Amino acid sequence: MEKTISFELNGKKTDALIDPGETLLWALRNHFGLTGTKFGCGMGFCGSCTVLIDNEPVRSCQLSVGEVAGKKVVTIEGLSNDGKLHPVQKAFVEHDALQCGYCTPGMIMNATGLLIKNPSPTEQEIKDGMEDNYCRCGAHKRIIEAVQTASKEMKGGK
Amino acid sequence: MKKETTNTNGSVETTRRRGIPRRDFFKIIGGGIIIFFRPWGVLDILGTPAEQRRSLPTDYNAFLQIAEDGTVKCFTGKIEMGQGIITSLAQEMADALNVPLENVKMIMGDTDLCPWDAGTWGSLTTRAFGPHMLAAAAEARGVLLGLASAKMGVPVSQLEVKDGVIIDTKNNKNSVSYSQLTKGKRIEKFLDVKPLPEDYTKFTYIGKSYNHADAVVKVTGQAKYTGDLKLPGMLFARILRPPSHGAKMTSVDYSEAEKVAGTKVIRDGDMIAVLNENHDLADMALAKIKAEYSFNEMPVNNQNMYKWYVKSNTRSEVVRSDGDMEAGQKLSDKVFESEFHDPYLAHSPIETHTALAHLEGDKMTVWASTQSPFGLQDTLVRELGFALDKVRVITPFVGGGFGGKSPAQQGVEAAKLAKLTGKPVMVVWSRDEEFFFDTFHPAGVIKIKSGIDKDGFIKLWDYNIYSSGTRGSETTYEVPNAKTTHHSTDRNEPSVHPFATGAWRAPNNNTNTFAREVQIDIMASAAGIDPLEFRLKNLKDVHIIDCLKAVADKFGYVAGKTPSGRGIGVACGADAGAWVAHMAEVSVDKNTGKVKVIRIACAQDMGLCVNPEGAIIQIEGCLTMGLGYTFSEEIFFEGGNIKDRGFDSYEIPKFSWLPKIDTVILDRMNQPPQGGGEPAIIAVGAVIANAIFDATGARLYTMPFTPARVLEALKKV
Repeated sequence: MEKTISFELNGKKTDALIDPGETLLWALRNHFGLTGTKFGCGMGFCGSCTVLIDNEPVRSCQLSVGEVAGKKVVTIEGLSNDGKLHPVQKAFVEHDALQCGYCTPGMIMNATGLLIKNPSPTEQEIKDGMEDNYCRCGAHKRIIEAVQTASKEMKGGK
Repeated sequence: MKKETTNTNGSVETTRRRGIPRRDFFKIIGGGIIIFFRPWGVLDILGTPAEQRRSLPTDYNAFLQIAEDGTVKCFTGKIEMGQGIITSLAQEMADALNVPLENVKMIMGDTDLCPWDAGTWGSLTTRAFGPHMLAAAAEARGVLLGLASAKMGVPVSQLEVKDGVIIDTKNNKNSVSYSQLTKGKRIEKFLDVKPLPEDYTKFTYIGKSYNHADAVVKVTGQAKYTGDLKLPGMLFARILRPPSHGAKMTSVDYSEAEKVAGTKVIRDGDMIAVLNENHDLADMALAKIKAEYSFNEMPVNNQNMYKWYVKSNTRSEVVRSDGDMEAGQKLSDKVFESEFHDPYLAHSPIETHTALAHLEGDKMTVWASTQSPFGLQDTLVRELGFALDKVRVITPFVGGGFGGKSPAQQGVEAAKLAKLTGKPVMVVWSRDEEFFFDTFHPAGVIKIKSGIDKDGFIKLWDYNIYSSGTRGSETTYEVPNAKTTHHSTDRNEPSVHPFATGAWRAPNNNTNTFAREVQIDIMASAAGIDPLEFRLKNLKDVHIIDCLKAVADKFGYVAGKTPSGRGIGVACGADAGAWVAHMAEVSVDKNTGKVKVIRIACAQDMGLCVNPEGAIIQIEGCLTMGLGYTFSEEIFFEGGNIKDRGFDSYEIPKFSWLPKIDTVILDRMNQPPQGGGEPAIIAVGAVIANAIFDATGARLYTMPFTPARVLEALKKV
């Protein structure tokens, strides 16, 4: 059953001996110890398990680890650089764009993917792009503001 | 410690809680100055409904510790689930001890270390726990000043504290730090005094905004929630669940499940669980179990529920009564009768109920996503037969609760399985289980008969609650003839609900405020008086009046009789000691019945506000979450069969729903602090219903306001 799956995980080349059919979410959490990626519904609805695969936000509960062979996977743990927060993370802190924080990693990964594709989204484009990530605490207003701030900072950094 | 007797609420209860042995306690927390406390003013610290009240602890537990390095550790049985008390309690502690905020470390929800607590609910942390914590801090400060006075050779009156350093006011060079004083010492003080009201105005940190103290760990994925923990040899458990609450298993075959590699099947009474080190394989094994059931469902469903509650709740209790109904009727020029409906709602925290249990020797440790760690500890003692000092419940970060995580059945399940397997067991409820075992917001019916005289004064208010609760059912307005009756069932009668119900953010106040504020709006419109003016005219409560004026100002309210076609609504109410007033603007698509909220504003009087930005975040959260019960949330069921089992059919608020939000917190720094986590959610349904009426003339009496219900209401205009 187990096979060696090779892919890039948070910038590091990884060869993992693992059942390729294992759900990426649980493989990340249990096999790789990357528990920042959260289980929310297991059905692809809530977005709390969102990771970037080749810069695309993807729901890791809907994918097997075998499907990421040869691809680049980035989780919330791989977003900050040498302890320096990614602009999206920094903006979430500055805007207090979280409450319980459970949906936050998925929100940040989805927002990062959104900004890679569209570095200067309008408010409506942010709402559309974040629409299917669920937050029960109601931090939506601040999340939108944080994405706007991050967008400005990321463009400014270019 | 000898047995003690506590007299509460007229009945004598004899009990004693035994925490962990003292030597173990000190081994864990180390030395320094430790302030213990014994609960006093028991009922005000509890603030729990009578049915949840129970025997009280009489031993001492630590409240705060000033460690040898000067770090202040604050122990609380409260938990952090997004409401921000990890930040605001630290602010209070920093102020009371005059130490830098970054020196305060919160230790939360650990039953071995923290003082007993009834649970994190009812927006009680700041208003009930806060003063006790401040009293402990004042005591510690007193001890430190005493030590400093002896060491420095100057009287206490000549000393002042700044950033954790005690300074001689007559000689700046003569100073000593808290850490110098605590080094190598273990001073234990026992606090037995009732806290005095504090003068909040003299503080440095209280009243200023601080970002969430836990934000950085939460944005980097470092914050540990229960499901993020892992122990060697840990097994994931999935438990076989019945298809409905009225189902009883008649046969089961789990032979195929046992064939899934590495799977262990455990049967213990009615519980059948599959365990595997691999989460996917546990899922797979569970799916292979074949079970048959017989069904005995309560004859209630979404079609007949509201008639069912009116019929089934036969015990009527008059909650409050002024004047008499006949006189009120005679004084009324116009009388209005309405019936309001509110369905079951799910809590739907994004983190499902999760627990990890580990039995080491004879001690069971359970990490759980719960709002009530001590409640879970008691349940484990009761159901698994552990001695109290042999069960430790630890609460990591909790991924949302909203009342739904006060019960912690998953903790019992994990502990039971850990005991039976001898291995650490992790139970992560699926989304399906989270819906199935939710303790739903109870559905209910409110019937109101009210009347106004020719001048628009309310003379009659006959308010009847069926099945849901009384929180927020105060008449609120000045009415000479007012009566509130609660229709429920006797405790020993079977519940009218086919499944469990419980507290849902501002329990029942959403239902009551919806009914009351729509009824007020109906009367205002019939009287031909602007709805804000009508309220102000019939109110005496200055807190609500001030909130209404403040929100009108923020909103830029222009008076007008309803329906004006503008789509503007007003509503107000009180909850958790605080007062709120809302205004909203909506647009209604008369062809589709879809409602868009353009903007919503809220003014809140919460007394002293410890962390204004944190409080605003809670208001925004309440307003946003409130849009869910207003527009989409409604559990579909047939008897005990819950049909909504996921976010595919149960829709919670999304980004596209977000209106422009404006908030005002009234400056009440000289008033005692009140609740902040719930009040602003109570009037969302009402303010939107009233705005829809103003836009279209259509009245909505049943929440949520789905397009179908809006179209139905529009037909009656």
